[in-house]
Amino acid sequence: MTEVLLSIEGINKRFGGLHALSGVGLTINKGEIYGLIGPNGAGKTTLFNVLTGLYQPDEGKFTFQGKDLFRKKPNVVVESGIARTFQNIRLFANMTTLENVMVGQHVRTKTGVLGAVLRHPKAKAEEEAIRLKSEGLLAYVGIADRAEELARNLSYGDQRRLEIARALATNPTLLALDEPAAGMNPKETDDLKKLMEKIRADGVTILLIEHDVKLMMGLCDRIAVLDYGKKIAEGVPEQVKNDPRVIEAYLGVAPE
Amino acid sequence: MNALLMENNRKNTILLAVLAVVLAVLPWALGGFFENGNSWLRAVDFALLYIMLALGLNIVVGYAGLLDLGYIAFYAVGAYLFAILNSPHLQAVLPAWLSHPPFLVMMILAAVVAGIFGVLLGSPTLKLRGDYLAIVTLGFGEIVRIFMNNLDRPVNITNGPQGINNIDPVQIGGYDFGRPIEFLGLTFEKIHLYYYLILAFCVLIIFVSVRLQNSRIGRAWVAIREDEIAANAMGINTRNVKLLAFAMGASFGGVSGALFASFQGFVSPESFVLMESIMVLCMVVLGGMGNIPGVILGAIIVSITPELLRDIINPLQMAIAGKRVVDPENLRMLIFGLAMIVIMLVRPAGLWPSKRRRAELKPKTKDIALQEKDSLQDAERNHD
Repeated sequence: MTEVLLSIEGINKRFGGLHALSGVGLTINKGEIYGLIGPNGAGKTTLFNVLTGLYQPDEGKFTFQGKDLFRKKPNVVVESGIARTFQNIRLFANMTTLENVMVGQHVRTKTGVLGAVLRHPKAKAEEEAIRLKSEGLLAYVGIADRAEELARNLSYGDQRRLEIARALATNPTLLALDEPAAGMNPKETDDLKKLMEKIRADGVTILLIEHDVKLMMGLCDRIAVLDYGKKIAEGVPEQVKNDPRVIEAYLGVAPE
Repeated sequence: MNALLMENNRKNTILLAVLAVVLAVLPWALGGFFENGNSWLRAVDFALLYIMLALGLNIVVGYAGLLDLGYIAFYAVGAYLFAILNSPHLQAVLPAWLSHPPFLVMMILAAVVAGIFGVLLGSPTLKLRGDYLAIVTLGFGEIVRIFMNNLDRPVNITNGPQGINNIDPVQIGGYDFGRPIEFLGLTFEKIHLYYYLILAFCVLIIFVSVRLQNSRIGRAWVAIREDEIAANAMGINTRNVKLLAFAMGASFGGVSGALFASFQGFVSPESFVLMESIMVLCMVVLGGMGNIPGVILGAIIVSITPELLRDIINPLQMAIAGKRVVDPENLRMLIFGLAMIVIMLVRPAGLWPSKRRRAELKPKTKDIALQEKDSLQDAERNHD
């Protein structure tokens, strides 16, 4: 039985005269890996930013687990259970790897100024739990040995992993990854694929933007295709791959 | 590992104990070494007040990365609040329960009121960054001073440019800090008493700073400084966390201001000019933004150096030229300015920078390349 986790309907987003998204609707089911593809400039990242609260859509409906998230701030979206990574890595570069993940748990913890200053048993326990969970997450994505390193000094692949660990620290129901394999070599891409399958197996639904079509076809349960701000196809990979409109969008039409 | 930690702990304890003894006997040592020991002690008292200010500004500028050029306004709020509640100036109109509140209540009040001002002045600037934020906060700082200067009409609240005088000294447990107290055969004069009082608050504020730095709140501040959008996308309510930084920073300033008013016995708008904000900012930047020991060092150096120069320049001139060639006041600022420039050239991250800051100002070539790529992608993304 499939259970709808996220659904959007008729999302419109304009930047001045540019109609970046027009009437986009889609549903993501619980437990699946949902892919989003499309040519450059199709509006994938715009849609992604709408789904994570970074952009406020002009019109449309956006519900997540029955909760209305239309035009909500990013921190509210995260609190509801959607976490993201960035296409152009945006770590807290001058914080350590461990601290980056600890920041991710901000939204799930409570200690305020008084707790921080007095460091009463409850605050102390919470701080300890944050540290333990963060160390656990670093091990989970496989960079436990870099915990005390500044994030800026990590290798590119490790920075991508750290972004995923930081996003997982917010206890998401839906993890949204914006081109996580960009700039990775085949070995790193393969490791990343395994990591995503592990995350899904642990009960987190994944929304994925990626250019690597081979990776997407092998990994995703369902795929949506965007072109010029419109959804032109949606379905299982096989179906999407053979859709004439998708082929047209990517390759153009053969002259008669 | 554990043995090493224990060793370190023992070392720290010994170091702290030595420091405590030094600080405890400092007033007497100054009196013994210098003829004008009391004027030196006065300089030390002011240095302690500046440490509190610098630590407050450090929260806003060093941790949260919000460049505030009007910080002295909160010092003014604390000082004027203390002055109004503890002087004859408004006695006639103040309700009895509000005049001369008990000392601790007064200090909490100063912290809270200054904190509220921090939120009030911080909230319109939430969307601003960098230069724009600096300009607006500079304006707010001046507005507060100008208010103090002009609020003698139509209702006389601040007594305008003349300022408020006859502020009563602190009273704790029946002891009047304005009069010498005999204890253990020693005579504690007003300046000694205030030294210990201000020192106690200074220690408290250092403690609060350290605790905040290593907490969930402190991490959120630094995350905002590093990347506000990413911090927001990781679930941090950037608006509230920034306002909290403004409020905490301002409350430190308020406490320092209240102590200043009672120590000085007199406040006027002249004490809260833009130059003071700049000086406090210098302390933070010079010492090492975001690093508590660095900021303390910066505050001590910036506030003591002018005093030191004053005591050196005159005798030096007399010895070399046999007469006063230049006014020491002018030369003092010149030398001071030069020293600042040299320090910033030689140690751009500050005298005692945090680990973070040091790494930031010495980027590896790889990092620069990465950053450039980042900004390129950012530009692309905006077109997407």
